[in-house]
Amino acid sequence: MRPGVAMTGAPGQAESWRQAMDSGELLLVAAAGMLVVAAVAQTAAVGLVQPRIALAFGALIAFGEVLRLSLERGRESAPIGSAGALAYAVVLAVGASPARQPALQVIAVVAAGMVLGALPHLAAGRPAGLTGIASRLIAVAVVAALFRPLSTVLPITRPRDWGLALAAMAGVLVAGWCAECLIRALINADRLRARFRVALWDEMRVQLPLGAAVAATAILIAFAADMMGLVALGVFIAPLLVTQMAFRRYAGIRATYLETVRALARVTEVGGYVEDGHARRVGRLAVLVGRELGMSEPELLELEYAALMHDIGQLSLRDPIPGGATVLASPQQQRRIAEQGASVIDQAGVLDGVAEIVRCQSWPWRGQDRQPPVGSRIIHAANAFDDLVGASADASRTVAALEWLRLDTATEYDPRVVDALARVAGRRHRGRR
Amino acid sequence: MMTGTGHRARGGRGASRLSAAAWLYMAAVVAAALAVLGQAMGADPGLDFRVGQAWPILVLALLFLICDSAPATLASRQSAWSPSSSATLAAVVLIGPVGALVVGATSLLSVRRGLDLTQRVFNASMYGLSAYAAGEAYLALGGHVGHPGHGSFPGIIGPFAAAAVVHVFINHGLLWGMLMLVPAAEPGPLHRHMPLLFLADLGYATLGLLIAALWTVGGAFAAVLVLVPLFVARWAIGQFAAQEQAYAATMAALCQAVETKDCYTRGHSERVSRGSAMIAREVGMRSSRVEAIRYAGMLHDVGKLGVPTTILQKSGALTEEEFAAIQLHPMRGLAIVREIGFLDEALAGIMHHHERIDGRGYPMGLAGDEIPEFARVIAVADAFDAMTSNRSYRGARSIGDAVADLRKWSGTQFDPALVDAFVAALRREGWEQPRPAAVPPADGTAAQDHDDPTAPLRVVESW
Repeated sequence: MRPGVAMTGAPGQAESWRQAMDSGELLLVAAAGMLVVAAVAQTAAVGLVQPRIALAFGALIAFGEVLRLSLERGRESAPIGSAGALAYAVVLAVGASPARQPALQVIAVVAAGMVLGALPHLAAGRPAGLTGIASRLIAVAVVAALFRPLSTVLPITRPRDWGLALAAMAGVLVAGWCAECLIRALINADRLRARFRVALWDEMRVQLPLGAAVAATAILIAFAADMMGLVALGVFIAPLLVTQMAFRRYAGIRATYLETVRALARVTEVGGYVEDGHARRVGRLAVLVGRELGMSEPELLELEYAALMHDIGQLSLRDPIPGGATVLASPQQQRRIAEQGASVIDQAGVLDGVAEIVRCQSWPWRGQDRQPPVGSRIIHAANAFDDLVGASADASRTVAALEWLRLDTATEYDPRVVDALARVAGRRHRGRR
Repeated sequence: MMTGTGHRARGGRGASRLSAAAWLYMAAVVAAALAVLGQAMGADPGLDFRVGQAWPILVLALLFLICDSAPATLASRQSAWSPSSSATLAAVVLIGPVGALVVGATSLLSVRRGLDLTQRVFNASMYGLSAYAAGEAYLALGGHVGHPGHGSFPGIIGPFAAAAVVHVFINHGLLWGMLMLVPAAEPGPLHRHMPLLFLADLGYATLGLLIAALWTVGGAFAAVLVLVPLFVARWAIGQFAAQEQAYAATMAALCQAVETKDCYTRGHSERVSRGSAMIAREVGMRSSRVEAIRYAGMLHDVGKLGVPTTILQKSGALTEEEFAAIQLHPMRGLAIVREIGFLDEALAGIMHHHERIDGRGYPMGLAGDEIPEFARVIAVADAFDAMTSNRSYRGARSIGDAVADLRKWSGTQFDPALVDAFVAALRREGWEQPRPAAVPPADGTAAQDHDDPTAPLRVVESW
């Protein structure tokens, strides 16, 4: 298995993320660029304060940027670079002499390090990751702007002031972290058409563990630099490298996991049970509809798994349903397929939510003892839609299928889901033209 | 740092079932730890326990216990990892070898669930010994015990690095010895994680130096701050292991779904996967390849889904068309799994697992070394499992008979070297034969099986 394979999302989606920058991303990069120009100009005018320290931190940041990390859903992180940058923003003393770099110098040095670290990526033909760099830089700028002025008024490097310094550092680092999450959430909401509140929550959830490790390490480096001098930088790369390695493996296995389920979901197609590409199309459609309805990322992942595997129960049928269209099968048969599929997924023992969604996928949304989960309702509609439209790009077929679904919203299909589906399908057609 | 969560392999083997060699090994480790402690106390009683040092020992022991009590359990469930080595290495600098030994030995009090007394005693001795050795290495290279000051850097780094390396080596070495003596249900996963954990331990060892350095500035609070990155690391490694387990479980469930068509082949994929991994380990493949072949074995028959059930279970002779449909299943399997980011080798294994050494197999008719190694391995495990499981037309054959058959066709159908390797692995690890299929299908009239060399498919010759 290769760790670090391309990340998640439907493949088409991932490509479009890379192809062009959205207006939001452009705005962010422009803002960061202006900030950098101002910082560099100011630093050049007054001269570099304590160049040896600046050089050491700049080198650490560049190194960290080279080792940047892809997380789930196209996210990027550079834990070592960020820890170095944040440490440079909050460091109070290096080898017992006070650190005096102003906030704008911090921004200039960090930007230089990040750009330098991005060069090898460009040379290797990978994207420069300007959006990620810009959002990380703005987080550092927030921290530096808040903390550098503080550092001149607080006498905080002696043992009895440890608590005060720590509180100040922790406070500004949290502020910087929130700023970064906010920016990334805005970008994601714009790019994926997700709801902002959901996007913000997702962002904070994903960034929390690494963010906490990075912030704590930045504080540790800042304090250790007082005692150990610049040696501290070299020594504490090691634990961060390990954390990063663990994260890389984790991200790698998650990607392989989704890839495998996507591939194995095709067994139903090869077996002639369903039309070619059905599982994938339903998977993609379900995720788009789920996002439209404001589902969070963990829920969307569960939904995608369920949608990919929703027909796995058909394997127990001795003979395939003609054409594989479950929408035309009798309700009893649909239920049996769903039950069988759910029991297969149950056996894995780790995908209980997915099994539940698959189990209820053929239930009408109203008139049952209990309402099926929203994931099931989405798959119910998306499956019917795909059975009727298939791979066809014909707009009139789409309209007819939506009409067919709408006629059945009294009990069968959830009207909210059908509306969301119509919006998604409409966007797709506009996009094609 | 690595701990045995024990010698409690899957299947509920308790510590009481340890072999004599394992008991002896354990006793030796414990005796060595006690001897070191006794000798140090005898030489200079109270050396490391002046009043001023009670506090760091207490704090570091607490830090150690917190880390050690919430480890990330590794996939094999035989061992666990926690970043607790930073506490013992901080003790090496702040208190000295004996103090470090005491901190390491607090593992005895770990509140982790599921540890019995023998495991605790072994873990405590193992940690104590590795911490003491690290402390001695630190002193031998000129390290100074006590609170580091501004002047200590960078001179302290050399001795500390030596201490960290010694610590990690002795910890892993002692645990490795124990795991070698305890029959593991599945040794694969642990071997695979070893390099990662080895590096992780070395990386986190440097936090010990950080705790020691910050002790001068902030006292015990340094230890608290260090907990944050430690726990994130633990979280990430734990998540990785959990994801990996989830991945394996999902894969197994999906493969089982493929088998639902025929209750006689239930569990076949998993057993072939296990058998292939046994052979791969026996011939000394490196762990990443063993892992790949494990998945290849699991997925080798996925393409059977593309073959109509009526053909798969047909009792009489097959027409040429029907036989052609069966011959296509490795290719269909390949079409399904091609998109998984696997090693290419695993794909080749799936595609060619029905080739024969004499060139009369399918789909390509490759012969000898032309057949990819993975495919030759899977072929042996596949045929062996088909012979030792029940079929509607015959009961399961005994392992001895099946081995005799493997030998009979060794050189024509199978690679002789791999057959030998499999037999050797069988002798050592044993083989769990499937229980007889509980429900014979109402229309189970098949009298042949495409995997079974004792009942090869009969094809009606047409001319």
